[in-house]
Amino acid sequence: MSVNADLAGRRANDSESEVGLWVFLASEVMFFGLLFYGYTITRMAHPQAFAIASAHTDVLLGSLNALVIFTSSLTVALAARSLRLGAQRASFWLLAVTLTLGVLFLAIKCYEYYGDIDKHLVPWGDFALHGPLAGGERMFFFMYFVMTGAHAIHLTVGLGLLAFMLAGVGRGAYTQKNTEAVELTALYWAVVDTVWIFLYPILYLVHRS
Amino acid sequence: MALPNSAAPVSYPLVSLPVAATPYAEKVEGLFWAVTGVCTLVTLGIAVAMTYFCFRYRSGAEVDRTLPDLAAGKSRSRRIEATWIAVPFAFFLIFFAWGAKLYYVYDDPPDNALQIFVTAKQWMWKVEHADGRREINELHVPVDQPVKLVMTSQDVIHDFYVPAFREKRDILPGRYTVLWFEPTLAGVYPLRCDEFCGTGHSMMTGRVYVMSREAYSRWLASGSQAPSLARLGFDRFRELGCSGCHGPSSRIHAPSLAGVYGQMVPLSDGSFVRFDDGYIRDSILQPARQIAAGYSNDMPPFAGRVSEQDLLELTAYIRSLANTSPDVPQGNHLQ
Amino acid sequence: MSTAIVEPTLPEPEGNYLENGYSLRSWLTTTDHKRIAILYAVTITAFFFMGGTAATLMRLELISPTPLIMGAETYNKLFTAHGVIMVWFFLIPSIPATLGNFLIPMMVGAKDVALPRVNLLSWYIFVLGGMFVIVTLIAGGIDTGWTFYVPLSTRYSDTQVVYGVVGIFIAGFSSILTGLNFIVTVHRLRAPGLTWFKLPLFVWAIYATSIILVLATPVLAMTLVLLAMQRVFGLVIFDELLCGDPILFQHMFWFYSHPAVYIMVLPAMGVASEVISCFARKPVFGYRTMAYAIAAIAAFGFMVWGHHLFVAGQSLYASLVFSFLSYVVAIPSAIKVFNWTATLYKGSITFEAPMLYALGFVGLFLIGGLTGLYLASLALDANLSDTYFVVAHFHYIMVGGSVMAYFAGIHFWWPKITGRMYPESWSRLAAIVIFIGFNLTFFPQFILGLEGMPRRYFEYAPQFQFLNILSSAGASILAAGYALPVLYLTWSIRHGPHVGRNPWGAKGLEWQTRSPPPVENFDVPPRIPERPYDYDPEAEEAKRK
Repeated sequence: MSVNADLAGRRANDSESEVGLWVFLASEVMFFGLLFYGYTITRMAHPQAFAIASAHTDVLLGSLNALVIFTSSLTVALAARSLRLGAQRASFWLLAVTLTLGVLFLAIKCYEYYGDIDKHLVPWGDFALHGPLAGGERMFFFMYFVMTGAHAIHLTVGLGLLAFMLAGVGRGAYTQKNTEAVELTALYWAVVDTVWIFLYPILYLVHRS
Repeated sequence: MALPNSAAPVSYPLVSLPVAATPYAEKVEGLFWAVTGVCTLVTLGIAVAMTYFCFRYRSGAEVDRTLPDLAAGKSRSRRIEATWIAVPFAFFLIFFAWGAKLYYVYDDPPDNALQIFVTAKQWMWKVEHADGRREINELHVPVDQPVKLVMTSQDVIHDFYVPAFREKRDILPGRYTVLWFEPTLAGVYPLRCDEFCGTGHSMMTGRVYVMSREAYSRWLASGSQAPSLARLGFDRFRELGCSGCHGPSSRIHAPSLAGVYGQMVPLSDGSFVRFDDGYIRDSILQPARQIAAGYSNDMPPFAGRVSEQDLLELTAYIRSLANTSPDVPQGNHLQ
Repeated sequence: MSTAIVEPTLPEPEGNYLENGYSLRSWLTTTDHKRIAILYAVTITAFFFMGGTAATLMRLELISPTPLIMGAETYNKLFTAHGVIMVWFFLIPSIPATLGNFLIPMMVGAKDVALPRVNLLSWYIFVLGGMFVIVTLIAGGIDTGWTFYVPLSTRYSDTQVVYGVVGIFIAGFSSILTGLNFIVTVHRLRAPGLTWFKLPLFVWAIYATSIILVLATPVLAMTLVLLAMQRVFGLVIFDELLCGDPILFQHMFWFYSHPAVYIMVLPAMGVASEVISCFARKPVFGYRTMAYAIAAIAAFGFMVWGHHLFVAGQSLYASLVFSFLSYVVAIPSAIKVFNWTATLYKGSITFEAPMLYALGFVGLFLIGGLTGLYLASLALDANLSDTYFVVAHFHYIMVGGSVMAYFAGIHFWWPKITGRMYPESWSRLAAIVIFIGFNLTFFPQFILGLEGMPRRYFEYAPQFQFLNILSSAGASILAAGYALPVLYLTWSIRHGPHVGRNPWGAKGLEWQTRSPPPVENFDVPPRIPERPYDYDPEAEEAKRK
């Protein structure tokens, strides 16, 4: 047996991609970590302003989005599980539902942004809040847009992956014997969802604490 | 007419460390030489050991190369390694504690310090003395007198650095930083900006004149009869409408500013804050952030409505109220 | 068995990775880690000479205390270009992306990195980032210094900050992907039986570096995004006019940029361990301690960024903690220097060029490390911070340390990479010239700092002129020293004598295969040694007789 065949044999059994994705996710945690750090420091400097500004966010849409995205976490996990168990059709439909929920999330988010812009909550230019704490309130909305924006970009990447997986499962490229790509996509999607678990309270619920 | 710089070229010593012009600088110098001594010894030690090993154990040299067997060798090398972890650590602790203590002890300026305002901008230093005397790129101070600089920047970050004092501090836009020193050696010392601040960074230099008491008095007397900073601040206090609420006869429920400078004052959220230059500044610009206990926030924020100069003058005025009582009409103490 | 096993003498297999296609296309579409390493080497060499040219012009200007060949603005742009290029486009990729890429798979007995296509992708990303930086230079450069402190970089500089920042942002993803690839490779592709404590210290070092790359680089990326947003939109949490905090930028920046120093120096330590033990014919003294020291440096390296902010207005108590932790991180570095010295004891030492570079590395790193003790001390840093003392200190670490070790590594593995040897005496000469030139350039800068000359100074007081001239003179020697290897190494690619598998008699797995290695690294599976660095000085001596 040649050395190369031997090495190739090792390859097939172990998943480099999975380890790679975990490492990448660690990198993502640091990426968002910096934003959370910036948020924390800024909020410590402007506690009241953050509470007041947070009341101007649309808590209804934010909560609705939380519901949507957590549901999608469930469906994507079930999709990966179905594929592992050989239920390819179920997997296909669960992926389709996940994709729809993801698109719905983005649609709601865009609608919410539209409302924010309408209410002049974009922190540059003509800012709606003029009270004594306007500086800190601008800071809040700056963090709000940067953090939700970064999240939306990650979500969009996830949607691309989901679409790719959906096509693959539909075509029969991913089957019970070849579940890795779907499982890794599910993992990535779960992490993107998890970020929302942290964003939701610190952006929408400050004034309620 | 011969210009001074067309005279015979000045010759400089090839290497000359700046004098230590304050007691603090002398102490820093002591720490510096201690660290340098230890580091030199370590460098020499390693250099000698490496050279010796390289020579003695060069390939082909007839020397004993037997190493202790594995088990014995392991415990021996553990002991050796433990030694060269513990010994450097001990030295590092000493360096840390020594440097930290010096820095810590000299962190707070003494109460009798002469307060001077420094405003840095691209690329010059503006100095304002309490009596209203202003200087550009020069700072005159008396010898044997603690001097406290309250500094802010009008644009980017600068840094006030006087090598002879072995001290520096960044100067930030939007806040005050403090540097203090007590020069004990009269002389003229270079002042440099030590934080890169743009095109003219290296030209942003100045001089600190440490003068004898008599020379300093003469220098003070020679100045124009500009009104003092506090006096200007009092005018500003009235122009901006501060006196309407914070004055002694005001009907509006606003905290009195007399006799509080330097004290710890309670805030509405239960915490305490020192009533100092930074607090005054923040309270003028963003009154809502820290509200004095027992008051509501009725004061408009002055951010964007007052200049750095206004702030300096207002702060100087409020500081001058430190030893007054709330019932005395304000401004009287300035006469 | 009575009959001895006769190993069949197979003919040496033909073909190596260099012969696997000669077209440009074959190079630009390769997924072979060895070829990608060479792509990186060529790219960063170009950047090294770009950054070096900037440095040369600066040193030329600094001969005179008054303007000589340029204006202040040009000078400021030059040192910014020098910093940006040298840090992000030479030093950070230097050892990991070239030697690491070439050697890590071989050292763990694999045929490639875990994710070969990602590996090629990261080179393309790097080149894209580099092109942005070149465009920035052509468009007029940046004058903020490589640290991009706000608000200078956001409101007051009218240079191409955004382009440059985008370039660094892009190159950051290359770092992340390279680091990710190494981590997965070391975890997944180690040959059977090659346990963690049998790995060469070079692998340990690159592994630790990779963790820093993966965890610190995204922080820089996000910080630069915020910076660019402030420049473009005019509002961000750093803006002091809108109740933001410029110091926050410095915290975020140094949270990446201090660990970045360890990205540069940990691989250098790995190279030094390989080279010194090989030419002393002795196992590295205290192998396990050395491995733990690498891990400790990587871990503590994340907790010391605040020592860049002692005079910046950071709270006194934060400064106390950071000062203490900075001393703690110095301990594992000290251990490493002591252990390298002890490795020489009772060795059988020869002084080929790689060894000269490696010994030079230890000496210069030692001085760089010890001067770090001054800057970790609150009282001393309050005097020395942002002076030439700091400039000298970090050049001793980054140039005296990392670049020396990079050269040691290039000379050590050159026969493996090219299959040919460079001229011995020229290479030794170059090592000595670089060592002398380096010290002459940077030692005077320590004294300049003590005399009170701030860094980034275009004009200076006449009293500093003598030491500046000395430093510039040293720089010219250093430049000549750096030109030499380029000449003789290039010459050796065509004309150097062929070498066998293991010209140095070294023990790493990479020496078991042919030079240059075949496309998939090993013709037969490498034999895994009982322990790493299995050298025996006595046997070596006996062999010589």
